[in-house]
Amino acid sequence: MKHGPSWFNVTSVTLGFAFLYLPIVLLVIYSFNASRLVTVWGGFSTQWYGALFQNRELLDAAWVTLRVALLSATAATFLGTLGAVALVRFGGFRGRTLFAGMIYAPLVMPEVILGLSLLLLFVAVGFARGFWTIVLAHVTFTMCFVAVVVQSRLVTFDRSLEEAALDLGAHPLTAFIQVTLPLIAPAVLAGWMLAFTLSLDDLVIASFVSGPGATTLPMKIYSQVRLGVTPEINAASTILIGLVTAGVIVASIVQKRRATRRLTFV
Amino acid sequence: MSVVAANPPAPAARSARPGGWGRRLVIAIPYLWLLLLFLAPFLIVLKLSFSTAAIAIPPYTPVFDLGAGWDAFLAKIQEFTTENYAWLAQNSLYWRSYLSSLQIALISTVLTLLIGYPMAYGMARAPAGWRPILVMMVILPFWTSFLIRVYAWIGILRREGLLNQFLLWLGWIDAPLAIQNTNTAVYIGIVYSYLPFMVLPLYAALERMDKTLLEAAADLGSTPLKAFWRITFPLSIPGVVAGCMLVFIPVVGEFVIPDLLGGSETLMIGKTLWSEFFTNRDWPLASAVAILLLLILVVPIVLFQNQQRKAEEAGR
Repeated sequence: MKHGPSWFNVTSVTLGFAFLYLPIVLLVIYSFNASRLVTVWGGFSTQWYGALFQNRELLDAAWVTLRVALLSATAATFLGTLGAVALVRFGGFRGRTLFAGMIYAPLVMPEVILGLSLLLLFVAVGFARGFWTIVLAHVTFTMCFVAVVVQSRLVTFDRSLEEAALDLGAHPLTAFIQVTLPLIAPAVLAGWMLAFTLSLDDLVIASFVSGPGATTLPMKIYSQVRLGVTPEINAASTILIGLVTAGVIVASIVQKRRATRRLTFV
Repeated sequence: MSVVAANPPAPAARSARPGGWGRRLVIAIPYLWLLLLFLAPFLIVLKLSFSTAAIAIPPYTPVFDLGAGWDAFLAKIQEFTTENYAWLAQNSLYWRSYLSSLQIALISTVLTLLIGYPMAYGMARAPAGWRPILVMMVILPFWTSFLIRVYAWIGILRREGLLNQFLLWLGWIDAPLAIQNTNTAVYIGIVYSYLPFMVLPLYAALERMDKTLLEAAADLGSTPLKAFWRITFPLSIPGVVAGCMLVFIPVVGEFVIPDLLGGSETLMIGKTLWSEFFTNRDWPLASAVAILLLLILVVPIVLFQNQQRKAEEAGR
């Protein structure tokens, strides 16, 4: 067995990453294209970014999306963390199998089913569709991702600290807030970010549960994409990609500082 | 139940402490949320799949009115029909949608595995200092918008797109290839979008592997290829299963990719459900389509959950 990178390994990793990144790089390059024809290079220009900020509808949609994502990610982080604690710390309570099932199922459930079922619930209880129904729907499906991320941290961390606090007479809630929470904070943060981006990104569920007056950015982009490829969409996409990339890099630096070398992914 | 046995004394000790109600609250809040917003909606979908479409608000019948009393309730029950399912069984469009979704999901899962495995393998064998960066580079596209990444392919694959321009410039083709709006474009889009879901579990399994096993095999005279098939691959099977489930299950119900990259030949059940709901406004039929889709996915979803539970217990 050879040690160090072999020719085969280097090639497969390089090709894999080329495949993952080339489309995004091309999309970003063509957002600076002066030509309206998206695939003909007409020189460098930032005009589409200017046009973007004139587009009232797109800006409104972005604002709705941002508010939905902030609210739903925060609520989902709260609920998901509670869920993870319940799964990991409270052993076998009655109905645990059902609970675990409900946590894991949305991770792989087709979005069309989640969207349809939530819409039918809102119609059945007579809840007016719009901003808040999108928030509720997003909390529901993203809290499961948070729960899995936090859970993977909870199962590996040293429990003796928490037990020491309890043995010294700390109230379980105090022990949780002062000992456990700081230790799992990186995972909670990662969970929040995951929930935030999932909400930012969601088209299918939002399309089902939204009502008049609440159009999210993905819904807006989708309706424009169906009409054809436009440089404005490239510009909007580039801004989103830039924001997310910056966020992920900052978060990973923060996390590295905390010296947690863990793969916090589903 | 093994979950209970794995942790026997702790729950009893914990509940004896003050704050047992707090424990109950921690369980109850997310539990109730999921019961109300995840499980209850499915029961409604199930109920609706036995209802009839109607021109009304909401566009189906029967609609239960709890205040109307028991007799009215019983009368409404009589209105349930199985005609939606009969319609699904008779109409070949639906059967072909289900079969073609399964076929597309299966083929693209295999393709993703074929591309993802060498990549994950190369990452797991990379110098240790590089690995966290490589993992992050796999995760990064996963954080960027799914819709945008699918959109990026339209610009590449369409008739006057970048791929055709490039191939024409190379002189490999004389006329633009028709890739956009075909199943080929759908496969490319799916493999591209779901590659991180395949690579990460594979990488986790391969990286964890005890490499001294391979040295032992080499010392005992095994060729690297044989050692791979006898040792590395069998040890990576949990990762293969997890990766394949994470790709296969959501792809069966995928909507965005077949809608944006596929053409009229692309039949996928997610798309059929969408148009049944939004274009035909037949909510009961859309519900029946969803219930059947769920039944098809029950086996892979249960497999996935068992896998998750095993991983969870192994982590304890």
